[in-house]
Amino acid sequence: MILLPCAWCGSRDASEFQHVGEVTPRPDPAGASPAQWRGYLYLRANPCGWTTETWYHRMGCRRYIKVERHTETNEVRAVSADGAVGER
Amino acid sequence: MLASTNAHRQRARRAAYPARYSAFGLLRRGLTHAEWPPAWRAHPLKGSYDVVIVGGGVHGLAAAYYLAANHGITDVAVLDKGYLGSGGSGRNTAILRSNYLTPEGVRFYDRSIQLYRRLAADLDFNVMFSRRGHLTLAHSDSSLRTMRWRAEVNKAQGVESEVIGPAEIKRLAPFLDVGAGARYPVLGALWHPPGGIIRHDAVVWGYARGADALGVHLHQNTEVTGIDVADGRIRGVRTSRGDIATRVVLNATAGWSTLISGMAGVAMPIQTSPLQAAVTEPVKPFLSTVIVSGTLHVYISQTDRGELVFGASVDPFTSYSMRGSLEFIEGLAGHVLELMPALTKVRVLRQWAGLCDMTPDFSPVMGHTPVEGFLVDAGWGTYGFKAGPVSGEAMAQCVASGQVPEIIAAFGLERFAAGTLVGEKGAAAVGH
Repeated sequence: MILLPCAWCGSRDASEFQHVGEVTPRPDPAGASPAQWRGYLYLRANPCGWTTETWYHRMGCRRYIKVERHTETNEVRAVSADGAVGER
Repeated sequence: MLASTNAHRQRARRAAYPARYSAFGLLRRGLTHAEWPPAWRAHPLKGSYDVVIVGGGVHGLAAAYYLAANHGITDVAVLDKGYLGSGGSGRNTAILRSNYLTPEGVRFYDRSIQLYRRLAADLDFNVMFSRRGHLTLAHSDSSLRTMRWRAEVNKAQGVESEVIGPAEIKRLAPFLDVGAGARYPVLGALWHPPGGIIRHDAVVWGYARGADALGVHLHQNTEVTGIDVADGRIRGVRTSRGDIATRVVLNATAGWSTLISGMAGVAMPIQTSPLQAAVTEPVKPFLSTVIVSGTLHVYISQTDRGELVFGASVDPFTSYSMRGSLEFIEGLAGHVLELMPALTKVRVLRQWAGLCDMTPDFSPVMGHTPVEGFLVDAGWGTYGFKAGPVSGEAMAQCVASGQVPEIIAAFGLERFAAGTLVGEKGAAAVGH
């Protein structure tokens, strides 16, 4: 992948971004069991195909964006600005 | 009478195939120009096997070989969606070492080096192991501290490793720039004499030939499309060439292991990232050790043919794509020249990528899973090739006895739920 479209800045060199990872919903820390919490920390779907993930525009607007990317072709289908870091 | 004749024919066929390699055989075939028999056979896919191993790389083939050789379990199928050794086994940079950071890691990789050292004799196949020593450079006080730590852990486990200074480094690798004027001056190095390089394809072919000779069926171009599980037990495997009934499946598909485990309903703490490597045109032999720099994200060795093999850290984002990038080769060239300015005129011949199964603690995931009969040998990150023999030996023991051998006890899937990770990042990865 050479270019990644940022929801705020438009298409930018992919090396400006930091790959945060798959969007993994965080369980409620008050109610989660240790097994659920460790699952959230470590287990990943790691699909070979379309995935929704968080990227951080480290050398640009410094905002988190949500990206739909195909992990085999690195094609990007949709980008949105609601990439909250808590959803890591 | 008829039966004994058949048995005799069977024996005769087995004796003719596969021939034991010898100097005499080489001379005879050289003189007569006789055809070499193929190193392993193709079989029709049977409807059932005692054990099905998914993944025909060094791990899967070694497990099959040791199942047959050490435990007498020969009704085994090895399935690969491509050709044998088409994944990480044929894409790594073929470096062997055991200078890890945790006692568990050092013991494990040291056993692998011991098996590699006698592998050519065990398999009757020249695997071209070249024990030439391994230098891990330290460019900062903190990495020098990690080297000292590793050296002490190694020595406590009986593995040769010591920290040496720039003068000694210069003696071992004269073309290395160890001057104080470098952007990242070399302050010292971890010197590990048992390290070296090997021909990775030969290791794959040697294990394949050894397993085949003992009765294992090797099925290439056979893709697993599903795994049947009922009542928490393995029932069978569905493939592109037909269904197989079995009670034991070993997932040895590092890079793609989450996909295969997913078919059995087992969640894995693994993400897949490509790692790129490159090779130059051959030059006169000048580099007699393996050189690694964590700070510069690069490792360098020279093959017996004279080509320089460069490896790096994994790409900065997860992907199943095996395309190389210009950005990588540009960065790599800069880092190599930082270490060896004399290489400015050397041209890169080709670059490639392999897939790495990255775990959170840079240690593998091996052993049983919550699904009975489904075993994993995965999470091989950037260090899987060197662990091939010991993993095969341990996984074969795991399958045969149902128990987890002590040497891999620390690497179970359950460690992530238990919170007992085996932190190897300081020794397993470059670029940390």
